[in-house]
Formats: sequence, structure tokens, C-alpha cells
Amino acid sequence: MQDLLYFLQQLINGLTIGSTYALIAIGYTMVYGIIGMINFAHGEIYMIGAYTALIAITGLAALGIAWLPLILIVALVCAMIVSSSMGWAVERVAYRPVRGRHRLIPLISAIGMSIFLQNYVHLAQGSRNIGFPALIEGGFRFGSADSFQTSISYMQITIFITTLICMSLLSLFISRSRIGRACRAVSQDLGMASLLGIDTNRIISATFVIGAALAAVAGLLLGMYYGSIDPLFGFIAGLKAFTAAVLGGIGSIPGAMLGGLILGVAESMTSGYLSGEYKDVVSFGLLILILLFKPTGLLGKPEVEKI
Amino acid sequence: MAANNLKHALFCAIVTLIVAYPILGLNLVASGTEIVLEGATTQTVISVLVAAVVVFLFQLFRDNIMALLGQAPALNSLANRQPMEQSKRLKLESTILTLIIIGALFWPFFVSRGSVDLATLVLIYIMLALGLNVVVGLAGLLDLGYVAFYAVGAYTFALLSQYYGVSFWFALPIGALLAATFGLVLGFPVLRLRGDYLAIVTLGFGEIIRILLNNMTSLTGGPNGIGGIPDPTLFGMEFGRRVKEEGNTSFHETFGIAYSSEHKIIFLYLIALVLAVITALVIRRLMRMPVGRAWEALREDEIAARSLGLSRTAVKLSAFTIGAFFAGFAGTVFASKQGFISPESFVFLESAIVLAIVVLGGMGSQLGVILAAIAVTILPELAREFSEYRMLIFGAAMVLMMVWRPQGLMPMRRIHIELEKQE
Repeated sequence: MQDLLYFLQQLINGLTIGSTYALIAIGYTMVYGIIGMINFAHGEIYMIGAYTALIAITGLAALGIAWLPLILIVALVCAMIVSSSMGWAVERVAYRPVRGRHRLIPLISAIGMSIFLQNYVHLAQGSRNIGFPALIEGGFRFGSADSFQTSISYMQITIFITTLICMSLLSLFISRSRIGRACRAVSQDLGMASLLGIDTNRIISATFVIGAALAAVAGLLLGMYYGSIDPLFGFIAGLKAFTAAVLGGIGSIPGAMLGGLILGVAESMTSGYLSGEYKDVVSFGLLILILLFKPTGLLGKPEVEKI
Repeated sequence: MAANNLKHALFCAIVTLIVAYPILGLNLVASGTEIVLEGATTQTVISVLVAAVVVFLFQLFRDNIMALLGQAPALNSLANRQPMEQSKRLKLESTILTLIIIGALFWPFFVSRGSVDLATLVLIYIMLALGLNVVVGLAGLLDLGYVAFYAVGAYTFALLSQYYGVSFWFALPIGALLAATFGLVLGFPVLRLRGDYLAIVTLGFGEIIRILLNNMTSLTGGPNGIGGIPDPTLFGMEFGRRVKEEGNTSFHETFGIAYSSEHKIIFLYLIALVLAVITALVIRRLMRMPVGRAWEALREDEIAARSLGLSRTAVKLSAFTIGAFFAGFAGTVFASKQGFISPESFVFLESAIVLAIVVLGGMGSQLGVILAAIAVTILPELAREFSEYRMLIFGAAMVLMMVWRPQGLMPMRRIHIELEKQE
């Protein structure tokens, strides 16, 4: 019984982390699906989202506003606005001029952007990690008091629900709206889509904006969950999310969700049963194994090389 | 059109404000246990506003500015300059290189200890950058975990000297070969992957090595690192004041000169210089050999190269292994120079710096990479007050180089014939 409870606890923790990975992974997978490049700076955009959210929360606290839903919504909106502007600007400055060149050139440009953004925040806000107030406290507990208890905090439930809402909205947007339809068309065939009158530049910008907005949501949620942020925390999270995107099949949105959840559970099982230090090794190892044996991922379509 | 331009310019200016103001203008400051928000100085706020105005004006008159820039003669003359003749160019290059080497040999005897130490570091970066240049510049394989091989070299020496008392000269080839073996073993499975996947896998590999070094505390000392790494000896002569190992003599006693701690630093510098020159020469040779031609052929057009009978795996693997070999070299020298190593020295940022050197210098061009390594290592030392902006400038420079001059500051040139434009 106790083993089962312990297992359940790891599963819950894993699904919580995993769902935020999935949110970040959407940004990677959508961009890759459309222009075939790895947006290396995406992790930094997520980090900037977390910082903006913290700035908004602190600002509201200074103004004396204490009504929790208002704080959360304002922080979320601020983070989404700043992050999506950042996503738009990054695409405009660093990616659009090099689009269509040799594969390595956009990638190096993206790495440069990632280093730039990391240090931009580092210089502006300092390199120390800053405490993030846990606005949502408390939770449920299962199991007898004298042995191991499985707990689900309200924070974890919030993360679940928010992710679920975001994902449903995204699915609706992609399948129903005009821009969403254009996104799908562009990802199938960019040249053909532009021949049919779709403004591909606008659609590509829209992809970056959507990805960045979702990353900002993840930034706020994970900031509250972990309780502290620093300028470097986007880097590893970005890598993890990229792993999740590859795991699910890069270019596929449901794949990113599935990949995020699997990766989150794999990580929390490693820290629960082996050692917390090796959880990064497991996720990078997983990434390498998938790329070697099934580069298309779980739900991805095989790519045909045209000569 | 004008109204459209105005709308776009306004939008860009607003985005600039949104992107810059919250992060730059509102600082999170910890006061006690609380975090408070502090407004930045008026200077920062004004510069953010100025930036927005500049963006607005630039976007508004974008077409005019671009037209003006296109007409500017200085920029065009450089772009259309005829490349020098190959034989002349080679001669010039080798004369310059010889002069630099001769200068570098005698230079340390006239300058301060600090500059020699810095120069050793520059040489280590030159070795690393030349090695990565083979992988990225010549073979076109983006390796983001290059620092892992550097770490393998450094830790090989550190561990061998700690457990078996192996000296620098034995550890040097062992470290390099072990790094090359790592390159071979890692490269074999991953080189099938396409360019950007390869980049991510190598990045993951680099992180795994660092995490393992950090956590195998019983072997590597974990985050505490390994200290007491011995200095290199000259034919059994040690450079310390007292001889540590039996059977060795000390340098100053043998030659009957007064002890000076500078001897050791200059000696290390000379070793690094010799190794860097060897690295440069070996790679220079390799570039002209069939294998070097094959690297470039595969980079330019993989399908064409394969249809001409090149083995993709063998060619890529050779580039990867040779790059790793020289990283191992550099790692051994680094361990010996520092006397202490820890996983802190082998983070992803190190890989990114070496990559930035290669990109700035011009992928494939040896002279360019050497000059870039010197510039990137020395400039932050010269401008100390700007040193915290170093990485910020690196990142920006990488982006700008890719946008404006992806071939680098001193691109590799080779004989080629261009078709005349037909009217």
C-alpha cells in the first residue's frame, strides 16, 4: 500500500512538471513544423515570462492589491504580452533575415540570441535567484498519518487545469480559426501556401507569438511551483521541453503534449527511485536514444528526403 | 504605403517598449525576506525611450535608409574585391604566421607574469577553436558539446596524476587519445542525424558528461574538483622551488640561476605555443589532404558527395574524432595550467564561446579563427569595466554575424571560377 502511495506521488509530481514541459514544447514544435528550425531562444522567452510575472506580482503587492484571482490574471496577461512581444521581436531580428539559408546559420543565430537574452536579464535583474511567492498554498492528502502520505497541492491542480485550458484553446484555435487553418497550410507546404495568398510572414510571426505566450503561462506556473527563478533557469527547461517535443514527434502538437507528460513522469520516477541528481541524465539520455532509434518521435510523420 | 509604414513603425516602437521596459526599468530587489520593486535610474528609462524612438524612425524611413546603405561605396568595394591569387595568398599567410610565431617565442621574456598567463589561456582557446573549426567549419557538423572532450582531456590528466602519479608528458597523448576515443564512440551512432538534431544530441552529451563529473564524487571529487595537478617537467627538471618527486632535479639548480616563479609560467606558455602550432600545422595539412577535401565536399552537398563514393560515416567520423583529439590536447594543458579543475570549467557556455570564436573568425579559415580567439579572450581583459557585458556582446555578435556576414570576418577563400553574368 505504501509503495503504491509513493508511486502515485511520483506520478502526480511527474504529470505536473510534464504538463508544463508540454506547454513550452508547443513553441518548439510549432516553429519546427513550419520553418524547420530549432528555436533555441525559446527557453529564454519562457524565463522572461516568469520574470515578468514576478514583476507584475510584486508590483501589485506594492499597490496593496491582495485579491488572488486578480493578481494571477494580471500576472498572466503581463507575462503573455511581454513574452509574445519578445517572441515576435526575436523572430524579426534574428531569424527572418537568415531564413532559407544553410541549416546551421539560423541555429547559430538562435544560440546567439539565447546567450544574449540570458545576459540581458542577468544584467538587468542580477544573477541571484529570486524567491517567487507561492500564491496558492495547501492541498489534499491521502493515506494514514503514521506512514507515507500522497499529497496533491492546490498548486498542482492549478497547473493541471491551466494547462488543460491552454491546450484546449490551442487545439480549437488551430483547427477552427482562420489563422490556425493558415498555420496548418503553411506547415504542410510553405511555398504553395504563399501562392494561394496566405501571408506566410505573418503566419510565421503568429507561430512565434503563440509559442511564446504559452511559454509565458508555463513560466508563471513553474515559477510559483519551484518557488524561485534565476536568469539561467530557462536554458535547462528549454532543453527538456525540446526533448519532449522530439519525443512526441517534432512538428506534431498532440505529440508535444504526450512527450511532455512522458518526460515529466520519467524524470520524477528517476528522482523518486534513483537519485534527483540523475534526472537530467535520464532526460538527455532519453533524447539521444529517441533521436537514434526513432527520430520521428512517437506521433511524428516520417520525413522524406527530396533530392 | 506611407500610412502602412507609419503603422508598422509605431507597432515596432511599441514592441520595443514592451520588450525593454519591464525587464530593464523595473528591478526586483531582495530586501530582507521580502522582494520589492525598484524603478531603474532615469538614465535607463531615457535610453529605453530613445531606443524606441530610434526603432520608430528606422522603420519609418526603412526603405530610404536601405537604399542609402546600398549606395555607400565603402561597403560595396569590400564585397566585390577580387580574391588574391592562391599562391600569393598562401605565401603571405605563411610569412605572417612565421612572423607571429617568432614574435610569440620571444615575447614572454619581456612582459609581466599576468600577460604570459593570459597568453597561455589564449593559446588554449586557439587549440580548442582550431579543433572545433574542423568539426563545424570544415565538416559542417554543429557540435554543441565540444567542451565534453575538453573535459575528458583535463580529467584524464587530473585523475591519472592523482591515482597513478602520471606526469604531464605521458598524460598529454593519453588524454588526447582518450578524448578522440570518446569522439569516435559518441560519433559513431549520432553522425547519422541531420544537422540540427546532431547539435542537440551533442549538447545533451556535453551536459551528461558534466553531470556525471559532478556526481561521481568518489572518483572525481564532484563539485569540489581535483587539485594538486602537477606542472609539466622539462626532461625531469621541475619548476618548483623544491623537488617534489624523487629522481627529479629542479630547473633553477641545474642551470645555476636564481629561482623565479616566472620560469614555470613561461615554460607552460611555451608548451602551449608549441602545441598550438602543431595543432595548426596538422590541421593545415589535413585540409589539403583528400580527407580534408572530403569534409568540405560533404558539407557543401551531402548527396553529391555520397554519389561520388565518399563514405558519409567515415568522413564525418574522422572530422569528429580529430576535433575531439585536439580538444583533449587543450584540456590537458588547461588542467596543468590551472592546477585545479572542477566541472564548473566545462559548462555549455564554454562550448558556446569556442563556437562564437569559430563563427566570428570565419568558419573554415585558420587565420581568422586564430585572430578571433585572440580578440575574444583579450578584449574583455582590456576593457575590464565592460567585462560583465562580455557574454551579452558575444550573443549579439553571433546573431549579427549570421545576419550580415555568415562567412565570418576572414572567410576561407579558395580558387574558384565565377560565371560572368549574361545580359
